[in-house]
Amino acid sequence: MESLALLMVFGFAAAVAGALLYIPSLIAPRRETPIKLEPFECGKDPVALPEGRFAIKFATTAIFFIIVDIELMFLWPWAVLYRTLGWFGFAEMLVFLGILMLGFLYIWRKGGLEWD
Amino acid sequence: MDFPAVSLRAILPAIVILTTAALVLLLDLLPPRERKGHLAVVSLAGVVAALLATTWLWGGESRAFRGMVVLDGYALFLDLVICYAAGLVVLLSMDYLRERGLESGEYYALVLLATVGMMLMASAGDLIVVFLSLELMSLSLYVLAGYFRARLASGEAAMKYFLLGAFATSFFLYGIALVYGSTGTTNLDRIAASASRDSLMMVGVALLLVGFGFKISAVPFHMWAPDVYVGAPTSVTALIATGSKAAAFAALIRVLVTSLRSTQPDWTVLLWGLAAATMTVGNVVAIAQSNLKRMLAYSSVAHVGYMLIGLVAGGVFGTGAVLFYLLVYTFTTAGAFGVVLLLEHAGGEGVSLADYAGRARRHPILALVLSLFLLSLIGIPPFGGFVGKFYLFGAAVRSGYIGLAVIGALNTAVASYYYLRLIVYMYMREPEGVEAVSTPSFAGGLALAVALVGIVVLGVVPTPFIDLAQAAVTPLLR
Repeated sequence: MESLALLMVFGFAAAVAGALLYIPSLIAPRRETPIKLEPFECGKDPVALPEGRFAIKFATTAIFFIIVDIELMFLWPWAVLYRTLGWFGFAEMLVFLGILMLGFLYIWRKGGLEWD
Repeated sequence: MDFPAVSLRAILPAIVILTTAALVLLLDLLPPRERKGHLAVVSLAGVVAALLATTWLWGGESRAFRGMVVLDGYALFLDLVICYAAGLVVLLSMDYLRERGLESGEYYALVLLATVGMMLMASAGDLIVVFLSLELMSLSLYVLAGYFRARLASGEAAMKYFLLGAFATSFFLYGIALVYGSTGTTNLDRIAASASRDSLMMVGVALLLVGFGFKISAVPFHMWAPDVYVGAPTSVTALIATGSKAAAFAALIRVLVTSLRSTQPDWTVLLWGLAAATMTVGNVVAIAQSNLKRMLAYSSVAHVGYMLIGLVAGGVFGTGAVLFYLLVYTFTTAGAFGVVLLLEHAGGEGVSLADYAGRARRHPILALVLSLFLLSLIGIPPFGGFVGKFYLFGAAVRSGYIGLAVIGALNTAVASYYYLRLIVYMYMREPEGVEAVSTPSFAGGLALAVALVGIVVLGVVPTPFIDLAQAAVTPLLR
């Protein structure tokens, strides 16, 4: 019975959890308010749109962030191995950055970075 | 340190198109801001350059990125088909978009990016590359389908295409995962070497077929096609109907013929059923359509069924016939949608059968050209459609699938009803209502002329093109 120890752990955990629920119901005072009786007592209205409504601008900004994010993700390991990669790596990175900067230029000129 | 050998030769046509797309986006930012006609010209030049690159590379075979990309005769042949489709679509779009005040650099850039995806699909040597290029093509087309953003139908088309497309892609990805689980590789050649017929592999193949079936709109995965074809801008519809189908067929044939050869008896049975159902449903439902774009959508579904016959027949003859038919079909369908596009009213109306009553009197040349394309779709000599069907059915008979050839021939008879009905409407009915004058378009006329010359040449002197198609598939079948 290799799993006996495991079962004992489960049993002990269940007993402790049960006791923690049962003992307060015997001795703790009960003062119920509507807010306390909500399914998720965390200060948020449980039946509402997940985040309410918010401007689409946040979503586009988040997407624009990917440009910077991906750039960094590739630049970091490239910079670490810069000497080993040599001119080959330099040229490859220039092509990559060129394409990425084209996207950045596109957003900028199209007014994607203006908030209004 | 060892660097991977980067052979850009194998992706040269795709690089040309990709560079053009970047250039178009860049030029879009510079003045003149109001007129965008030059962007279409740049896009067209890029497509022509890719055509030239393809012919320059002709005859050679190059592999790159550790077998991920294979540019052989097969890929080059399909690059030609795809370049022609993209070129025709760009030509058709120029005046179509300007009349509606919707010209933009993004449109042409997306068309070119979709074309890059299609080309890479044709030369994919790995299931992962098939998936990535499929997504590059599809994502561009989802956006293009909703390009007329003020129109509800266009938005509906984009949403439907996106949701169903994403669903089908997940099937495809699951298929890749199971095939990988069975063989331990995603490289097409190595799958062929280690393929077994265990249940894991069988389920994987079936899921891959579902994914491909959606992209080529084979029955029963065709449900998205009519709505998307109707709602999308007609130029985009032409691209979805020709280029994306050619690319999906390209990848389907390569995956089935090279890597899944050991399971051929199993998928042949499946494709037999798919072919019969696709032909029959496509043609029978097309009869009931009163909207021309919807009718052509079901007609394109039916043509997928014909092409599947060639895959069932297999061998150099069957597979070669599919390639030749793809070439003919691209010219014919792009041409037919082109005429519909030129006769469409600014608001998107004027595409119902009743609108075409008496069209021959008002637009004699366009009506004649449309009639010729419809005759080619039926399969009447001397047009390419006849030769294409002849080779497909001939390959089926040669391989002993006489039943399938009979179903195909019967379907052709059914199809001729709704194609001929449109010709009857144009020539033998009185015009109804008032007709908006459609502006003549030089670029559109050029596109129609190219397509028309294409189907006539393919119909009158098919032998060199058949030889090319058969030479293209021979290395796959070795």
